[in-house]
Amino acid sequence: MGTTTRLRLRLTFPTHLVQEPIVYRLVKDFDIVINIRRADVKADHGWMALELDGEPGALERGVKWLKEKGVQVDPIERDVISP
Amino acid sequence: MEKLNGLRCRECGRRYPGAPVHVCEFCFGPLEVDYRYDALKGVVTRESIAAGPPSMWRYKDLLPVDGDVAVGHHVGFTPLIRAQNLADELGCREVWIKNDSVCHPSWSFKDRVVAVAVTKAREFGFDTVACASTGNLANSVAAHAAEGRLKSFIFIPADLEQGKILATLVYNPTLVAVHGTYDEVNRLCSEIADKYRWAFVNVNLRPYYSEGSKTYGFEIVEQLGWRTPAHIIVPCAGGSLITKIWKAIKELKALGLIDGPTATKMYAAQAQGCGPIVTMIKNDTDVLVPVRPSTIAKSLAIGNPADGYYAYKTTKETGGYGEHATDEEIIDGMLLLARTEGIFTETAGGVTVAATRKLIETGVIPRHESIVICITGNGLKTPDALYGRLDAHVKIKPSLSAFDQALADLKSQTA
Repeated sequence: MGTTTRLRLRLTFPTHLVQEPIVYRLVKDFDIVINIRRADVKADHGWMALELDGEPGALERGVKWLKEKGVQVDPIERDVISP
Repeated sequence: MEKLNGLRCRECGRRYPGAPVHVCEFCFGPLEVDYRYDALKGVVTRESIAAGPPSMWRYKDLLPVDGDVAVGHHVGFTPLIRAQNLADELGCREVWIKNDSVCHPSWSFKDRVVAVAVTKAREFGFDTVACASTGNLANSVAAHAAEGRLKSFIFIPADLEQGKILATLVYNPTLVAVHGTYDEVNRLCSEIADKYRWAFVNVNLRPYYSEGSKTYGFEIVEQLGWRTPAHIIVPCAGGSLITKIWKAIKELKALGLIDGPTATKMYAAQAQGCGPIVTMIKNDTDVLVPVRPSTIAKSLAIGNPADGYYAYKTTKETGGYGEHATDEEIIDGMLLLARTEGIFTETAGGVTVAATRKLIETGVIPRHESIVICITGNGLKTPDALYGRLDAHVKIKPSLSAFDQALADLKSQTA
């Protein structure tokens, strides 16, 4: 692995994705190291605050894939843009 | 007086020294300022507060500022108005308006949080302050940075209307328009805040910044003669303000400054088109489902509010509730406040008035109890919300007879 970047993200999972192994695929398919710091996963909804380490390109592809799957991907602060 | 213990994680309780940091390194929970209330008791009194300036800084002992106030000396201590005309219209006995639409200098309650953040930025030795904002926060940061002779970077989505940025540009900040989707701009700003280590007021200074909102609550209590109202209705965007008003009441109670019981119920007001916190309250769940904002209440349009969970908890803890307002109800709320009390609020104020009316009409708020409605921004900044909705001109030729006729016509219409 070359240069790695670290991201702190909050993922929010809608109901239809709760039963899918999203995080497993993120690690396996994009070669990203994750560290889950806090999470709350219920039967119909869930969120996860995690740290991701990986090559910059891999992280971008991973985030893009998460969004395409329907996962809401936010920075750990969530809304940085304030009205 | 040593009044601060530093910062503390709201989730895991881990302690941190006072520094420009906002996230717990262990659980990624939000950090909050930790006060030494034992040192403040008996030192902060009604008299010591009354001896302070007629601004939010009369509560400086209860704010996370160690040295002198750097900027915003005249922020706060806005009018608390007994709104009898509005009360009559709503069929209530006692209604008050806490009017931050006239907060100095940039006409919104954001001046309170920014004055604390920029003062703290000076204490930490920063020479640059920053924020990402589409409205009131941008105005306030640019204004306070100008006053404090600090450099400022304001990030905005590139598609923001020109009219909205003039009230920021006038203070001569470096305005950075970012092309991209809302999510892309949002994430980029998080990364910029992380990389450049400027004083990003609502990111790395957030624990200090958010404390400024407490002064809104302190003022309500002091201006009511050191008593608390039965009900406070608060507009919610990120959800911080409602939690900080409640924190202010708890602090004053703990310091022995409030007469009688503090049984205030806190209510969240949001737009129907962006109301994830009120949805939590109505569904009685601590799960916040993010939404895509679609409302005229732009100053409340935060789809995934960072303090949403804490706002929900505040309404639960106090026995309050929440209510949504549709765009039509928001406009009606703005117009109702204007024609009854002569106050022109922004759409967020329309949300709060509309939500209050619904909470009263549905019997959630009893008509005979004291009610405080939080008005947090000025309508003159965003008059576009009313374009095309008001048309009451009487047009006449320049003659007295034309006016006499017009007046007669008006009388016959209203007879």
